[in-house]
Order: sequence, then structure tokens, then C-alpha cells
Amino acid sequence: MSSSTERPVAAAAPAIELRGITKRFPGVVANRDIALTVAAGTVHAIVGENGAGKSTLMKILYGMQKPDEGTISVGGEPVAFGSPADAIARGIGMVHQHFMLADNLTVLENVVLGAERLHGIGAKARRRIEELAERFGVRLDPDRLVEDLGVGDRQRVEILKVLYRGAEILILDEPTAVLVPQEVDELFDNLRELKREGLTVLFISHKLDEVLSVADAITVIRRGSTVSDNVDPRETSARELARLMVGSELPVPELRESTVTDRPVLTLAGLTVKGAGGRPAVDDVSFTIHAGEVLGIAGVEGNGQAELVEAIMGIRSPDGGTIRLGEEEITAWTTRRRRESGIGFIPEDRHRHGLLLESSLWENRMLGHQTRKPNVKGPWIDRSGARADTERIVRDYDVRTPGIDVTAVALSGGNQQKLIVGREMSGEPKFLIASHPTRGVDVGAQAAIWQHLRNARAEGLAVLLISADLDELIGMSDTLRVILRGRIVSEADPTTVTPEQLGSAMTGASPEGES
Amino acid sequence: MNRLKTSPLALTVIAAAVALAFSIIVTSMVLSISGFNPPSTFQAMIEFGTEPDSVVNTLNRASTYYLAAIAVAIGFRMNLFNIGVDGQYRLAAMLAAAVGGAWALPAGLHQVVIIGTAMLVGAMWAGIAGILKVTRGVSEVISTIMLNFIATGIIAYLLQSDKLGTQVAGSDNIGTKPIAPSGQVAGIPYPGAGLEIFGLIILAVVVGVVFHIVINRTRFGYDLRATGLSSSAAVASGVDARRMVVVAMVLSGAAAGLIGMPQLLGSSHSYGLDFPGGLGFIGIGIALLGRNNPIGIAFAALLWSFLDQSSQILEFNEIPKEIVAITQAAVLLSVVVVYEIVRRLGLRWQQQAVAAELAEGSPAGKEVAA
Repeated sequence: MSSSTERPVAAAAPAIELRGITKRFPGVVANRDIALTVAAGTVHAIVGENGAGKSTLMKILYGMQKPDEGTISVGGEPVAFGSPADAIARGIGMVHQHFMLADNLTVLENVVLGAERLHGIGAKARRRIEELAERFGVRLDPDRLVEDLGVGDRQRVEILKVLYRGAEILILDEPTAVLVPQEVDELFDNLRELKREGLTVLFISHKLDEVLSVADAITVIRRGSTVSDNVDPRETSARELARLMVGSELPVPELRESTVTDRPVLTLAGLTVKGAGGRPAVDDVSFTIHAGEVLGIAGVEGNGQAELVEAIMGIRSPDGGTIRLGEEEITAWTTRRRRESGIGFIPEDRHRHGLLLESSLWENRMLGHQTRKPNVKGPWIDRSGARADTERIVRDYDVRTPGIDVTAVALSGGNQQKLIVGREMSGEPKFLIASHPTRGVDVGAQAAIWQHLRNARAEGLAVLLISADLDELIGMSDTLRVILRGRIVSEADPTTVTPEQLGSAMTGASPEGES
Repeated sequence: MNRLKTSPLALTVIAAAVALAFSIIVTSMVLSISGFNPPSTFQAMIEFGTEPDSVVNTLNRASTYYLAAIAVAIGFRMNLFNIGVDGQYRLAAMLAAAVGGAWALPAGLHQVVIIGTAMLVGAMWAGIAGILKVTRGVSEVISTIMLNFIATGIIAYLLQSDKLGTQVAGSDNIGTKPIAPSGQVAGIPYPGAGLEIFGLIILAVVVGVVFHIVINRTRFGYDLRATGLSSSAAVASGVDARRMVVVAMVLSGAAAGLIGMPQLLGSSHSYGLDFPGGLGFIGIGIALLGRNNPIGIAFAALLWSFLDQSSQILEFNEIPKEIVAITQAAVLLSVVVVYEIVRRLGLRWQQQAVAAELAEGSPAGKEVAA
């Protein structure tokens, strides 16, 4: 736990060496005979699709899980970690995907929290933080409150926390998932700085362009096994990596010919929703979605997307403006009436809003459709009707399950999502809200969900698409709107816009941003 | 794939059996430490508990316990903790008794009026808590506990001899005016017993069947269960959660109103100071033990009632009958733990089965027999 000492960049022993790591969970093998060699002073990327076993591997390396078989060496010495504390003592630090910061404390307080023994909490700690910030180019004001910081700065606080604890090997778990392209560039500059100072960075991602731009070496994991160790990024391409990752071509989100009609399905006019503290969370939003059109909403999370969706679904009552479905004004309708008149809903958080986790699949088939055929007959539940239709969804949407009596929680995220998509596409919806429809699902499920959206669009479905995945948003939308602090600040043409331009507009950086 | 079919009912039965076995062990240990012989004690309890009069008492008590537990379970199914069942049934029984004693109506109608009054009073009393919850955000746990005390106060106030109360002939007891025979419900004779089974034990059976059908087979029941499992998902699916809270509390209260009816119409015929109290709290325990399932609750109510009844023999053998409270407490505590373990095991089996299915790479949609 002493302060870090410089380690020569070209040390003979690799910073980390994993041999034959195997980890089994009930019923599945998360990691199988994984080999990984990370040279000191490099940025090493680990890529693989969701559920390939990347996170399990990193948890093993960070002492959060114990491997069933295999050995770990750090700096040439074999080690056995019982807890993250052991890993930290060996100079390994982890920056989690979800930040673990106290919003009401300052940067300084967050960094020293839990590590008060190192340099106290006073001037000495401050000096140390400033020294680290200087050395690694992590610019941060130690006295600012974390709640005032943006996402990119929060991530830098997390990195600083790890450095403060003397880490020489940093594990970053999907660090770019929450960042817009500009912030990603800043993060990569930080990572290069760390590397220059002799630190080793392990970088987990499934975004291949990013990996190619920052990594010195790449390891590809598929279904818990290493399929390719130490690939040189200069000798490979995103296409080839994708093939290694999924064993086949990576699906591309794209629409074919336009199916947009001139028949308006959903029309918002001046929709305003007040958020906490009376500030409008959705501010005077107006747009029209036509039959056969996918309208994409781009925006950094927390800019009013959730409130917008809840207002359209009738979960939250708007403070101003109107919502029309077809010709009818539905602003005052209940959620149930809206659903019955053909609004489908793929929620952002499927566990909280889309599923009854401890109920069977056929009972989940009824959720949101519990007043309609084939699920009910009058006031009675139609068990055989609901069950038969669940069998249909399981078959047509390729939900991998042994049967429709298993509980929803037993399915993987991708299969849960396919069930939800199948359910919401049932009963001929006119309008669908697809909020992060492919978040946390594997590549196969992602391609299937895109295909179902395309088919429904061709049949005249109007879709409101909200996503943090800019490629998905650009590829799957007919029209794009950018939302910032609850306002629609700009439009974009998905055929010409680049993710970088969209990212600028999302953060309000572009000149035509604020209207 | 057989393990998938491990039904919730089978798991419940296994869990309850384990919990009962555990509580018998605990009770035996306590008995041994206290210097009594466990086998002979249990034998005495079983012998006494199976005598005809004991059977009648057990059934009668179980019918009220059952109704109490169903009232609690209606709330539990929606994640509402109706602790106020106790106040609801006492106030309902007292006012229903007063109404029943005030007029002599034709037989049939008379009973319906009394039972209807009880359900209405129970529903309204519980509805207060429901409305407070949705309009003011008051936790139903707090409001129903307070309403219990208010009910006690109201009953004491109304049971004065210048209000609804009258002096019961030949005792110090004050009660409502006795219900005329046209409003009473005849008992069912039991062979060899001097006592009779409450006629309204039928009511308990009917309530159980209705509860099962409404919860499992109707749209309304689906909405109720969905709200209990995940209120956020239920709201997104179009359930009006606020309305559901009030409706569930009202139904729970209406069921609570029935708790006193078998006793009132079958035996007491008036609500006096000696009317059984505390049934609402016993109902909470029995609902937990029976896992909010109408059949499970029936077994739990019978077990509880049997233990209460058979414990009366213990004092003749100079064993404190409070030993049975230890058995009941041990059953309850262990059953909560065992249910959780069983739930997790069930989940794990399912996940293994799903993982195995995926590993085979076989197409989905195979039939799993219902």
C-alpha cells in the first residue's frame, strides 16, 4: 500500500499473466481455459459481445470472484486474490461501469473516502491528488462537488480514486458506454498519458473502432474462451475482429427503402412535463411520427427522455401540450386505454417496467395486454389462449427457453428482451415506443430485434426510438431529433449525419445546437 | 426437464413440512430442558386433540383463523400489510351485532343483513387506510395500527349501556342486544361431540374458493398480483396502482368483516366484552405460514387451531401450555427461512435448465405440460 514506484516500461515479466482460467456458475461455464498475457506499460483491450465472459474474467482478476482452475501472475509472481483488497495491495485497480461516487461530496472527499489511511484527509491528501492529476493529465478541481460534474469528469474521478490507491494496473469495464464521442476522445488521451507514465491499462469493450484506436494489443473472447490472444491492432480490422467476436458477420443497423407515409400516427404539440423541483424535464416538445416512420431521439441520458416516454404512455401526466394518436387526442387517457388503442412499449429498464420477474413467461405475455385477446375472455383470464400465444412468440421470436412455465428471471437478458419485443408487436400496434431496445443483449438477439422493427415498420408501424447507441440510432431512424435539457434542440438527417456530429449536438457543443 | 415442473404448491408443502419438523424438534428440546418427556407430551396432546369435542373446537376456531388469514392475504398479494384486520373485524362484528339485535327480520334476510353490515363496516374501516395511502402517502402499516386503537376506543364508547350496550343478564358483561333466532345460524352436529360445528364454516370455504378464483382466474386478480410483484411494471402495463391500493384494502377489510361472523351468528349471538380478540394478528401469522395460498392457509389455520386446542390438556399434566406458543413461533420463524431457501433453490434449478437448453442449442418452444 506504499506510494507507487516507477516500474520500467520494458520489464521482462508481463504485468499480468493468466493461465488456464476456468470459472463455472451453476449450469454454465463463464470462462473456459482462458489465457491472457498483458505486457507492462501497454493498453490491452479485451473484446467480446455481451455475455461472452469479459466481466467475469475481470472480476476474477480483481479478486471479486475466485477461479475454479488456473493461475494468475502479477509482475511474474503467482498470486491468489481472496478479495479486491488483495488485488489493490498488488497494485490492481478497477473503474466500474457504473460509477460509485457520493454526489454530495467533493472530488477530494470522494477520492480519499475509504483510503484515509494513505495520506489523511487534509493538505497532504490534497497535495497527493494534485501531484497525480498533474502527472497523469487528469484535470480536475478537487473542491468541486461531484453532483456538478459531467459524466466524463465523474469517470476521471473514478480513475483518480484508483490511482490514489497506488494502482499500476487499471481495469476499465466498458468505460465508453456512457460517454459521447468527444468524451471518449478525452478518455483515450488520459489512457495514453497513463501508458506514457508506465502504467498498464486493461480496457474492456465491445466497440471495435474504439478498441482499434487506443489499444496496443487485443484479446478476443467468445463464449467464455479466448479465440485470439494478443492481436496487433495494426494488422487487423473491425470486420475481422467482429468475425472473431461473434463467429460470423456483425449485424449492421440499417433501414432499406423508406416506408414513411404521410399519415400521422403520433403527434405531440408543445408537450411539457415538470420534473423534480418544478423545472421542466420535457420542455415544449413537438413532433409528428407517421405510419412507417422511425423517429429517433438522440440525447445524453437524463435529458428528459424518460419523462417524455412516461408522458406518452400516460404514466406521468403532462403539465402542458397535447398528445394525439391518429385523429384522437389522448392527452387525458389512462395508460390502459392508450395501450388498448394500439401503443406498444419496450421499456428502457425491462426488469422494472417490462416484466414480472417471478412470474411465468405466459403470465408475462399478458402484462400490458391483460385486457385483450387472446389473454382474456371478458373478466376471465384465458389461460389456454395466453399460453398458445406465448408459444407462438417463443417460436417466432426465437426466445430460448425450455418452456413457457419457467419464470422470466431464469432467462438471459437477450431472451427476456425478445419476449418483450414479441409481446409488444402482438395485437397489431399502431405506434411503438422502443426505449434502448437492444441494450445489454447479445449480437444475435440484437440483429433479430432490428429485423422485427424493420418488418413492423414496413407494415406501417410508427416507432419512437430512443437509444444511447448512436450507430443504432442513425442506422435505424428515418428522422432524428436531438434532445437537450428537455428541449428538442436540433434535427439531423440520418443518411448524412456522423456519430461525432450527433455527439456534439447532444452535448450542446455544436453551433446550431441551441435554438 | 422434470425439475421445471416443481410446482409452487409442492414447494410450499415441502417447506411447511420441514418447518413443522424443525419446530417439533425445538419444542422437544424445550420440553426436555424443562424436565418433561416430549413423546408422552405430544401423545397426550394428540389424544386430547382428536377427541370429538376438541375436533369441533378446532374446526370452529380454524374457520375464524382462516377468514382472518384470507383477509390479510388479500393485502399481502398486493404488498399491502394490513395490520388493521384486528380492528376491522372487531368494529364490524360489534356494529353488525348491534344491527342484528336491533330488528328481527325474516330468517335468511336477517343473516344477510348482519353479514352485509359486517363486510361494509370492515371495508370502510380498511378503506380509510387505503385512501390515506394514495392521497397522503401514509404507510398502511402505520395507519392500520392506529385505526386498531381507534376501533378499540369506538367499541368501548359504543358498548356503554346508554348507547348500544346492555347488561347481559346474570353477569357483569356488557354486550349488544342479542340477535333473535331468526338471525342465528344453526350448528352442524358432529358424531360423539356435545358441541356443534359453526354453520358458517361454510362461509370460510366459500371465501377461500372465491379468493382462489378471483386471484388466479380473473383479470382483476392478475392486475392485483402484478401490482404486488412489481408495481412499476404494473403501472407501465396500464394498471391504475392507486385505485388498486384502495380496492385491495377495501376487499381485505370486507373479508376481515366476516371473521367474527361464525362466532357471532353461531354461538355468541351478541358482541360483548368477552368476544374473541386478537384474531387479526393470528391471521397475519397464518397467512405467512400458508404462503397466501387458499389451500395452504387452510392447513395452516387447522394446524394453528389444533395446537391451541390440544395445548389445553397440558395444564392437567402440569406442563405450562405456553409451550405451544414456542411451537407456533418456531414454525413461523423457520417457515419464513425455509420458503426463502426453497425459492432460491427453485430459481437455481430453473436457470440450470434454461442454461442446459441453450447449451444444447436446440430450438425453443418445446411443450412443457401444464
